[in-house]
Amino acid sequence: MYSVNYHRATSVADAVKKIKTGDAKYLSGGMTLIPAMKTRLAAPSDLVDLNHIADLKGIKVSGKTVTIGAATTHFDVAKDEKLKKVCPALSALASHIGDPAVRHRGTIGGSVANNDPAADYPSALLALGATVVTNKRQIAADKFFKGLFETALKDDEVVTAITFTAPAKAGYAKFPNPASRYAMTGVFVTKGKEGVRAAVTGAGDDGVFRSREIEAALAKKFEASALEGVSVPSKNLMADMHASPEYRANLVVVMAKRAVMAANA
Amino acid sequence: MSEVSLVVNGRKVSGAVEDRTLLVHFLREHLGLTGTHVGCDTSQCGACVVHVDGKAMKSCTMLAAQASGSTITTIEGLANGADLHPVQAAFKEHHGLQCGFCTPGMIMTATDMIRRHPEGLDDATVRAELEGNICRCTGYHNIVKAILAASKTMSKASRSKAKKAA
Repeated sequence: MYSVNYHRATSVADAVKKIKTGDAKYLSGGMTLIPAMKTRLAAPSDLVDLNHIADLKGIKVSGKTVTIGAATTHFDVAKDEKLKKVCPALSALASHIGDPAVRHRGTIGGSVANNDPAADYPSALLALGATVVTNKRQIAADKFFKGLFETALKDDEVVTAITFTAPAKAGYAKFPNPASRYAMTGVFVTKGKEGVRAAVTGAGDDGVFRSREIEAALAKKFEASALEGVSVPSKNLMADMHASPEYRANLVVVMAKRAVMAANA
Repeated sequence: MSEVSLVVNGRKVSGAVEDRTLLVHFLREHLGLTGTHVGCDTSQCGACVVHVDGKAMKSCTMLAAQASGSTITTIEGLANGADLHPVQAAFKEHHGLQCGFCTPGMIMTATDMIRRHPEGLDDATVRAELEGNICRCTGYHNIVKAILAASKTMSKASRSKAKKAA
Protein backbone atom coordinates (compact mmCIF):
# COMPACT_ATOMS: atom_id res chain seq x y z
CA MET A 1 0.00 0.00 0.00
CA TYR A 2 1.24 3.49 -0.83
CA SER A 3 1.48 5.98 1.98
CA VAL A 4 -1.83 7.52 3.01
CA ASN A 5 -3.12 9.97 5.62
CA TYR A 6 -5.95 8.73 7.81
CA HIS A 7 -8.65 11.07 9.14
CA ARG A 8 -11.54 10.04 11.37
CA ALA A 9 -14.72 12.02 10.74
CA THR A 10 -16.89 12.82 13.74
CA SER A 11 -19.92 13.99 11.75
CA VAL A 12 -21.09 14.20 8.14
CA ALA A 13 -20.19 17.91 8.08
CA ASP A 14 -16.73 17.07 9.39
CA ALA A 15 -16.32 14.38 6.70
CA VAL A 16 -17.27 16.82 3.94
CA LYS A 17 -14.71 19.28 5.27
CA LYS A 18 -11.96 16.64 5.48
CA ILE A 19 -12.59 15.20 2.02
CA LYS A 20 -11.22 18.41 0.51
CA THR A 21 -7.69 17.40 1.61
CA GLY A 22 -5.58 16.26 -1.37
CA ASP A 23 -6.92 13.36 -3.40
CA ALA A 24 -9.03 12.00 -0.56
CA LYS A 25 -11.51 9.14 -0.55
CA TYR A 26 -14.26 8.22 1.90
CA LEU A 27 -13.65 4.99 3.79
CA SER A 28 -16.62 3.05 5.16
CA GLY A 29 -16.18 -0.67 5.95
CA GLY A 30 -13.13 -0.78 3.70
CA MET A 31 -13.88 -4.29 2.46
CA THR A 32 -13.19 -3.21 -1.12
CA LEU A 33 -11.13 -0.06 -0.71
CA ILE A 34 -8.44 -1.49 1.60
CA PRO A 35 -7.77 -4.53 -0.65
CA ALA A 36 -7.72 -2.19 -3.68
CA MET A 37 -5.17 0.01 -1.93
CA LYS A 38 -3.06 -3.00 -0.95
CA THR A 39 -2.80 -4.04 -4.60
CA ARG A 40 -2.28 -0.37 -5.55
CA LEU A 41 -5.36 -0.34 -7.76
CA ALA A 42 -6.43 2.62 -5.63
CA ALA A 43 -3.99 5.14 -4.16
CA PRO A 44 -5.83 8.00 -2.46
CA SER A 45 -3.60 10.51 -0.64
CA ASP A 46 -6.06 10.68 2.27
CA LEU A 47 -8.81 8.55 3.77
CA VAL A 48 -11.80 9.99 5.60
CA ASP A 49 -13.26 7.29 7.87
CA LEU A 50 -17.08 7.46 8.07
CA ASN A 51 -17.37 4.52 10.41
CA HIS A 52 -17.49 6.48 13.65
CA ILE A 53 -20.42 8.75 12.74
CA ALA A 54 -23.29 7.54 14.92
CA ASP A 55 -25.94 9.23 12.72
CA LEU A 56 -25.04 6.94 9.83
CA LYS A 57 -25.83 3.71 11.68
CA GLY A 58 -29.03 1.82 12.32
CA ILE A 59 -32.26 0.68 10.72
CA LYS A 60 -35.66 2.32 11.07
CA VAL A 61 -38.87 0.65 9.98
CA SER A 62 -42.10 2.58 10.19
CA GLY A 63 -45.04 0.84 8.56
CA LYS A 64 -43.65 -0.19 5.19
CA THR A 65 -41.03 2.54 5.06
CA VAL A 66 -37.50 1.32 5.66
CA THR A 67 -34.50 3.58 6.25
CA ILE A 68 -31.04 2.07 6.61
CA GLY A 69 -28.13 4.25 7.71
CA ALA A 70 -25.23 4.15 5.26
CA ALA A 71 -22.69 2.85 7.78
CA THR A 72 -24.91 -0.07 8.84
CA THR A 73 -23.02 -3.32 8.36
CA HIS A 74 -24.26 -6.27 6.29
CA PHE A 75 -24.37 -8.25 9.53
CA ASP A 76 -26.70 -5.72 11.16
CA VAL A 77 -28.93 -5.58 8.07
CA ALA A 78 -29.11 -9.39 8.02
CA LYS A 79 -30.10 -9.78 11.68
CA ASP A 80 -32.55 -6.86 12.08
CA GLU A 81 -35.88 -8.33 13.17
CA LYS A 82 -38.06 -5.39 12.03
CA LEU A 83 -36.53 -5.52 8.55
CA LYS A 84 -36.99 -9.31 8.40
CA LYS A 85 -40.73 -8.77 8.92
CA VAL A 86 -41.25 -6.25 6.11
CA CYS A 87 -38.56 -7.21 3.59
CA PRO A 88 -36.95 -10.59 4.37
CA ALA A 89 -35.43 -10.69 0.87
CA LEU A 90 -33.06 -7.86 1.75
CA SER A 91 -32.08 -9.53 5.04
CA ALA A 92 -31.36 -12.75 3.15
CA LEU A 93 -29.32 -10.88 0.55
CA ALA A 94 -27.20 -9.24 3.27
CA SER A 95 -26.65 -12.59 5.00
CA HIS A 96 -24.95 -13.97 1.87
CA ILE A 97 -22.51 -11.16 1.11
CA GLY A 98 -18.87 -12.27 1.38
CA ASP A 99 -18.23 -14.17 4.61
CA PRO A 100 -19.04 -13.52 8.30
CA ALA A 101 -15.92 -11.41 8.92
CA VAL A 102 -16.66 -9.29 5.84
CA ARG A 103 -20.29 -8.86 6.92
CA HIS A 104 -19.12 -7.59 10.30
CA ARG A 105 -17.35 -4.67 8.63
CA GLY A 106 -18.76 -4.04 5.16
CA THR A 107 -21.54 -1.45 4.93
CA ILE A 108 -24.54 -0.85 2.68
CA GLY A 109 -23.47 2.73 1.95
CA GLY A 110 -19.98 1.63 0.96
CA SER A 111 -21.29 -1.10 -1.30
CA VAL A 112 -23.75 1.23 -3.01
CA ALA A 113 -21.23 4.07 -3.47
CA ASN A 114 -18.65 1.64 -4.86
CA ASN A 115 -21.19 0.13 -7.32
CA ASP A 116 -19.18 -2.98 -8.10
CA PRO A 117 -20.85 -4.58 -11.15
CA ALA A 118 -21.06 -7.87 -9.23
CA ALA A 119 -22.16 -6.51 -5.84
CA ASP A 120 -25.51 -7.64 -4.45
CA TYR A 121 -27.02 -4.43 -3.04
CA PRO A 122 -27.29 -2.43 -6.31
CA SER A 123 -29.76 -4.98 -7.72
CA ALA A 124 -31.86 -4.76 -4.54
CA LEU A 125 -31.97 -0.95 -4.63
CA LEU A 126 -32.91 -0.89 -8.29
CA ALA A 127 -35.64 -3.53 -7.94
CA LEU A 128 -37.01 -1.93 -4.75
CA GLY A 129 -37.10 1.48 -6.42
CA ALA A 130 -35.08 2.70 -3.43
CA THR A 131 -33.81 6.20 -2.83
CA VAL A 132 -30.19 6.97 -2.02
CA VAL A 133 -30.05 9.81 0.50
CA THR A 134 -26.89 11.93 0.56
CA ASN A 135 -25.77 14.98 2.50
CA LYS A 136 -27.06 17.08 -0.41
CA ARG A 137 -30.09 15.44 -1.99
CA GLN A 138 -32.16 12.33 -2.62
CA ILE A 139 -31.34 10.26 -5.70
CA ALA A 140 -33.64 7.57 -7.12
CA ALA A 141 -31.83 4.24 -7.64
CA ASP A 142 -32.88 4.45 -11.32
CA LYS A 143 -30.67 7.51 -11.68
CA PHE A 144 -27.96 6.56 -9.18
CA PHE A 145 -26.14 3.63 -10.81
CA LYS A 146 -24.30 4.96 -13.86
CA GLY A 147 -22.07 2.09 -14.98
CA LEU A 148 -19.05 0.11 -13.77
CA PHE A 149 -18.06 1.59 -10.39
CA GLU A 150 -19.79 4.82 -11.53
CA THR A 151 -22.58 6.54 -9.64
CA ALA A 152 -24.35 9.90 -9.67
CA LEU A 153 -22.37 10.94 -6.56
CA LYS A 154 -20.28 14.10 -6.74
CA ASP A 155 -16.71 13.96 -5.38
CA ASP A 156 -17.49 15.31 -1.93
CA GLU A 157 -20.98 13.83 -1.61
CA VAL A 158 -21.62 11.32 1.19
CA VAL A 159 -24.29 8.63 1.11
CA THR A 160 -26.09 8.97 4.44
CA ALA A 161 -28.96 6.47 4.12
CA ILE A 162 -30.94 4.17 1.86
CA THR A 163 -34.71 4.35 2.01
CA PHE A 164 -37.51 2.40 0.33
CA THR A 165 -41.09 1.24 0.69
CA ALA A 166 -41.22 -2.50 1.28
CA PRO A 167 -43.10 -4.15 -1.61
CA ALA A 168 -45.73 -6.85 -1.16
CA LYS A 169 -43.29 -9.42 -2.50
CA ALA A 170 -39.54 -9.52 -3.01
CA GLY A 171 -36.94 -12.21 -3.64
CA TYR A 172 -33.27 -12.50 -4.53
CA ALA A 173 -31.20 -15.33 -5.96
CA LYS A 174 -27.59 -15.33 -7.03
CA PHE A 175 -25.17 -17.69 -8.65
CA PRO A 176 -22.01 -16.92 -6.70
CA ASN A 177 -18.60 -17.21 -8.28
CA PRO A 178 -17.16 -20.26 -6.50
CA ALA A 179 -13.94 -18.43 -5.57
CA SER A 180 -14.87 -14.81 -4.88
CA ARG A 181 -18.53 -15.38 -3.92
CA TYR A 182 -19.44 -12.25 -5.87
CA ALA A 183 -22.56 -12.72 -7.98
CA MET A 184 -21.75 -14.15 -11.41
CA THR A 185 -25.40 -13.30 -11.94
CA GLY A 186 -27.89 -12.21 -9.32
CA VAL A 187 -31.52 -11.22 -9.82
CA PHE A 188 -33.71 -9.26 -7.39
CA VAL A 189 -37.44 -9.26 -8.18
CA THR A 190 -40.21 -7.26 -6.55
CA LYS A 191 -43.96 -7.00 -6.92
CA GLY A 192 -45.44 -3.86 -5.46
CA LYS A 193 -48.04 -1.17 -6.08
CA GLU A 194 -46.21 0.05 -9.16
CA GLY A 195 -45.87 -3.39 -10.69
CA VAL A 196 -43.03 -5.80 -11.14
CA ARG A 197 -39.36 -4.88 -11.20
CA ALA A 198 -36.43 -7.21 -11.87
CA ALA A 199 -32.85 -6.00 -11.51
CA VAL A 200 -29.78 -7.97 -12.55
CA THR A 201 -26.29 -7.72 -11.08
CA GLY A 202 -23.06 -9.48 -12.03
CA ALA A 203 -24.09 -9.88 -15.65
CA GLY A 204 -24.32 -6.51 -17.40
CA ASP A 205 -21.15 -5.12 -18.98
CA ASP A 206 -22.28 -1.69 -17.83
CA GLY A 207 -23.25 -2.74 -14.33
CA VAL A 208 -26.64 -3.37 -12.74
CA PHE A 209 -29.70 -3.14 -15.04
CA ARG A 210 -33.42 -3.92 -15.18
CA SER A 211 -34.44 -6.81 -17.42
CA ARG A 212 -37.47 -5.81 -19.49
CA GLU A 213 -37.96 -9.42 -20.67
CA ILE A 214 -38.16 -10.78 -17.12
CA GLU A 215 -40.40 -7.91 -15.99
CA ALA A 216 -42.80 -8.33 -18.91
CA ALA A 217 -43.16 -12.07 -18.28
CA LEU A 218 -43.63 -11.66 -14.52
CA ALA A 219 -46.13 -8.82 -14.96
CA LYS A 220 -48.47 -11.35 -16.59
CA LYS A 221 -48.05 -13.86 -13.79
CA PHE A 222 -45.69 -13.55 -10.82
CA GLU A 223 -44.69 -17.23 -10.89
CA ALA A 224 -41.55 -19.10 -11.97
CA SER A 225 -43.62 -20.86 -14.62
CA ALA A 226 -44.18 -17.50 -16.36
CA LEU A 227 -40.47 -17.49 -17.18
CA GLU A 228 -40.52 -20.81 -19.07
CA GLY A 229 -39.23 -20.19 -22.58
CA VAL A 230 -38.34 -16.55 -21.88
CA SER A 231 -34.96 -15.59 -23.25
CA VAL A 232 -32.81 -12.62 -22.37
CA PRO A 233 -30.52 -11.18 -25.05
CA SER A 234 -26.82 -11.81 -24.46
CA LYS A 235 -25.91 -8.50 -26.09
CA ASN A 236 -24.29 -6.14 -23.54
CA LEU A 237 -23.70 -8.94 -21.06
CA MET A 238 -20.28 -9.49 -19.48
CA ALA A 239 -17.73 -11.93 -20.87
CA ASP A 240 -14.87 -13.07 -18.66
CA MET A 241 -12.92 -16.22 -17.82
CA HIS A 242 -15.81 -17.46 -15.69
CA ALA A 243 -18.73 -17.20 -18.09
CA SER A 244 -19.72 -16.14 -21.60
CA PRO A 245 -22.51 -13.61 -22.27
CA GLU A 246 -24.75 -16.47 -23.46
CA TYR A 247 -24.17 -18.41 -20.25
CA ARG A 248 -24.99 -15.31 -18.19
CA ALA A 249 -28.13 -14.66 -20.27
CA ASN A 250 -29.33 -18.13 -19.33
CA LEU A 251 -28.38 -17.54 -15.69
CA VAL A 252 -30.52 -14.39 -15.62
CA VAL A 253 -33.61 -16.48 -16.37
CA VAL A 254 -32.64 -19.26 -13.95
CA MET A 255 -31.88 -16.84 -11.12
CA ALA A 256 -35.08 -14.89 -11.85
CA LYS A 257 -37.07 -18.12 -11.46
CA ARG A 258 -35.40 -18.86 -8.12
CA ALA A 259 -35.91 -15.27 -6.97
CA VAL A 260 -39.64 -15.44 -7.76
CA MET A 261 -39.94 -18.74 -5.93
CA ALA A 262 -38.23 -17.17 -2.91
CA ALA A 263 -40.56 -14.14 -3.14
CA ASN A 264 -43.64 -16.40 -3.21
CA ALA A 265 -42.42 -18.75 -0.48
CA MET B 1 1.74 9.00 11.46
CA SER B 2 -1.16 8.16 13.75
CA GLU B 3 -1.18 7.66 17.46
CA VAL B 4 -3.24 4.52 18.10
CA SER B 5 -4.39 3.11 21.40
CA LEU B 6 -6.24 -0.13 21.86
CA VAL B 7 -6.95 -2.78 24.43
CA VAL B 8 -5.39 -6.02 23.18
CA ASN B 9 -6.08 -9.21 25.15
CA GLY B 10 -6.98 -7.12 28.18
CA ARG B 11 -3.85 -5.00 28.05
CA LYS B 12 -3.85 -1.29 27.14
CA VAL B 13 -1.40 -0.66 24.32
CA SER B 14 -0.53 2.37 22.26
CA GLY B 15 1.98 3.41 19.67
CA ALA B 16 2.74 5.69 16.77
CA VAL B 17 2.24 3.95 13.43
CA GLU B 18 2.30 4.92 9.78
CA ASP B 19 -1.31 5.49 8.74
CA ARG B 20 -1.07 2.69 6.17
CA THR B 21 -0.12 0.12 8.85
CA LEU B 22 -2.54 -2.78 8.78
CA LEU B 23 -3.95 -3.99 12.08
CA VAL B 24 -2.33 -7.40 11.56
CA HIS B 25 1.11 -5.80 11.18
CA PHE B 26 0.56 -3.70 14.28
CA LEU B 27 -0.30 -6.86 16.24
CA ARG B 28 2.57 -8.92 14.87
CA GLU B 29 5.37 -6.40 14.50
CA HIS B 30 4.65 -3.74 17.10
CA LEU B 31 3.19 -5.98 19.80
CA GLY B 32 5.01 -9.22 18.92
CA LEU B 33 1.71 -11.15 18.84
CA THR B 34 2.66 -13.42 15.96
CA GLY B 35 -0.15 -15.92 16.55
CA THR B 36 -2.31 -13.97 14.09
CA HIS B 37 -1.14 -14.99 10.62
CA VAL B 38 -1.06 -13.38 7.21
CA GLY B 39 -2.05 -16.00 4.67
CA CYS B 40 -3.38 -14.72 1.37
CA ASP B 41 -3.16 -10.98 2.12
CA THR B 42 -6.20 -10.54 -0.18
CA SER B 43 -8.97 -10.84 2.46
CA GLN B 44 -9.98 -14.35 1.42
CA CYS B 45 -8.23 -16.92 3.63
CA GLY B 46 -9.11 -15.77 7.15
CA ALA B 47 -5.76 -16.69 8.78
CA CYS B 48 -5.69 -13.12 10.17
CA VAL B 49 -9.11 -13.19 11.89
CA VAL B 50 -9.20 -11.49 15.30
CA HIS B 51 -12.10 -10.16 17.35
CA VAL B 52 -12.62 -6.41 17.19
CA ASP B 53 -15.07 -5.27 19.85
CA GLY B 54 -16.26 -8.86 20.09
CA LYS B 55 -16.78 -9.53 16.38
CA ALA B 56 -14.63 -11.61 14.02
CA MET B 57 -12.86 -9.42 11.48
CA LYS B 58 -9.97 -9.77 9.06
CA SER B 59 -7.04 -7.86 10.53
CA CYS B 60 -5.28 -7.76 7.14
CA THR B 61 -8.15 -5.70 5.73
CA MET B 62 -8.23 -3.01 8.34
CA LEU B 63 -5.85 -0.22 9.26
CA ALA B 64 -4.49 -0.06 12.80
CA ALA B 65 -5.74 3.55 12.79
CA GLN B 66 -9.28 2.37 12.02
CA ALA B 67 -9.11 0.03 15.01
CA SER B 68 -7.85 2.68 17.43
CA GLY B 69 -10.13 2.84 20.46
CA SER B 70 -11.27 -0.76 20.01
CA THR B 71 -10.89 -3.83 22.16
CA ILE B 72 -9.10 -6.65 20.36
CA THR B 73 -8.82 -10.32 21.20
CA THR B 74 -6.22 -12.41 19.36
CA ILE B 75 -5.50 -16.14 19.57
CA GLU B 76 -3.03 -15.37 22.39
CA GLY B 77 -5.87 -13.93 24.47
CA LEU B 78 -8.24 -16.91 24.38
CA ALA B 79 -6.74 -19.35 26.85
CA ASN B 80 -7.16 -18.83 30.57
CA GLY B 81 -3.55 -19.21 31.74
CA ALA B 82 -2.54 -22.81 31.12
CA ASP B 83 -6.15 -23.89 30.49
CA LEU B 84 -6.99 -23.97 26.82
CA HIS B 85 -10.19 -22.28 25.66
CA PRO B 86 -12.86 -24.96 24.90
CA VAL B 87 -12.45 -24.30 21.15
CA GLN B 88 -8.68 -24.74 21.38
CA ALA B 89 -9.14 -27.90 23.43
CA ALA B 90 -11.60 -29.28 20.87
CA PHE B 91 -9.19 -28.60 17.98
CA LYS B 92 -6.53 -30.53 19.93
CA GLU B 93 -8.86 -33.39 20.84
CA HIS B 94 -10.32 -33.80 17.33
CA HIS B 95 -7.10 -33.15 15.46
CA GLY B 96 -8.56 -30.05 13.84
CA LEU B 97 -5.23 -28.97 12.46
CA GLN B 98 -2.54 -30.31 10.20
CA CYS B 99 0.15 -27.74 9.36
CA GLY B 100 -1.51 -25.30 11.77
CA PHE B 101 -1.13 -22.17 9.65
CA CYS B 102 -4.86 -21.45 9.31
CA THR B 103 -5.61 -22.57 12.89
CA PRO B 104 -5.53 -19.20 14.71
CA GLY B 105 -8.02 -17.75 12.22
CA MET B 106 -10.16 -20.90 12.30
CA ILE B 107 -10.33 -20.80 16.09
CA MET B 108 -11.16 -17.08 16.23
CA THR B 109 -13.88 -17.58 13.58
CA ALA B 110 -15.19 -20.64 15.41
CA THR B 111 -15.39 -18.81 18.74
CA ASP B 112 -17.34 -15.98 17.12
CA MET B 113 -19.60 -18.47 15.33
CA ILE B 114 -20.43 -20.36 18.55
CA ARG B 115 -21.18 -17.06 20.32
CA ARG B 116 -23.65 -16.10 17.57
CA HIS B 117 -25.38 -19.50 17.63
CA PRO B 118 -26.25 -20.17 21.28
CA GLU B 119 -29.01 -22.48 20.03
CA GLY B 120 -26.32 -24.86 18.76
CA LEU B 121 -24.71 -25.64 15.42
CA ASP B 122 -25.03 -28.28 12.76
CA ASP B 123 -22.63 -29.47 10.09
CA ALA B 124 -24.15 -27.37 7.28
CA THR B 125 -24.15 -24.16 9.34
CA VAL B 126 -20.53 -24.63 10.41
CA ARG B 127 -19.45 -25.19 6.82
CA ALA B 128 -21.39 -22.14 5.59
CA GLU B 129 -19.95 -20.01 8.40
CA LEU B 130 -16.40 -21.13 7.48
CA GLU B 131 -16.84 -19.48 4.08
CA GLY B 132 -14.09 -16.96 4.82
CA ASN B 133 -11.50 -19.36 6.23
CA ILE B 134 -9.37 -21.51 3.98
CA CYS B 135 -7.35 -24.56 5.11
CA ARG B 136 -4.81 -25.42 2.45
CA CYS B 137 -4.25 -28.85 3.99
CA THR B 138 -7.99 -29.24 3.23
CA GLY B 139 -8.52 -30.63 6.71
CA TYR B 140 -12.08 -29.38 6.97
CA HIS B 141 -13.71 -32.57 8.29
CA ASN B 142 -11.87 -32.45 11.60
CA ILE B 143 -12.17 -28.67 11.85
CA VAL B 144 -15.96 -28.99 11.55
CA LYS B 145 -15.95 -31.88 14.04
CA ALA B 146 -13.94 -29.79 16.53
CA ILE B 147 -16.24 -26.78 16.21
CA LEU B 148 -19.36 -28.91 16.72
CA ALA B 149 -17.79 -30.53 19.79
CA ALA B 150 -16.72 -27.16 21.22
CA SER B 151 -20.19 -25.75 20.65
CA LYS B 152 -21.69 -28.64 22.67
CA THR B 153 -19.14 -28.29 25.48
CA MET B 154 -19.72 -24.56 25.71
CA SER B 155 -23.51 -24.75 25.72
CA LYS B 156 -23.33 -27.48 28.42
CA ALA B 157 -21.03 -25.26 30.47
CA SER B 158 -23.32 -22.26 30.14
CA ARG B 159 -26.37 -24.39 31.01
CA SER B 160 -24.78 -25.73 34.19
CA LYS B 161 -23.68 -22.21 35.06
CA ALA B 162 -27.28 -21.03 34.61
CA LYS B 163 -28.49 -23.91 36.76
CA LYS B 164 -26.09 -23.01 39.53
CA ALA B 165 -27.20 -19.39 39.35
CA ALA B 166 -30.84 -20.51 39.62
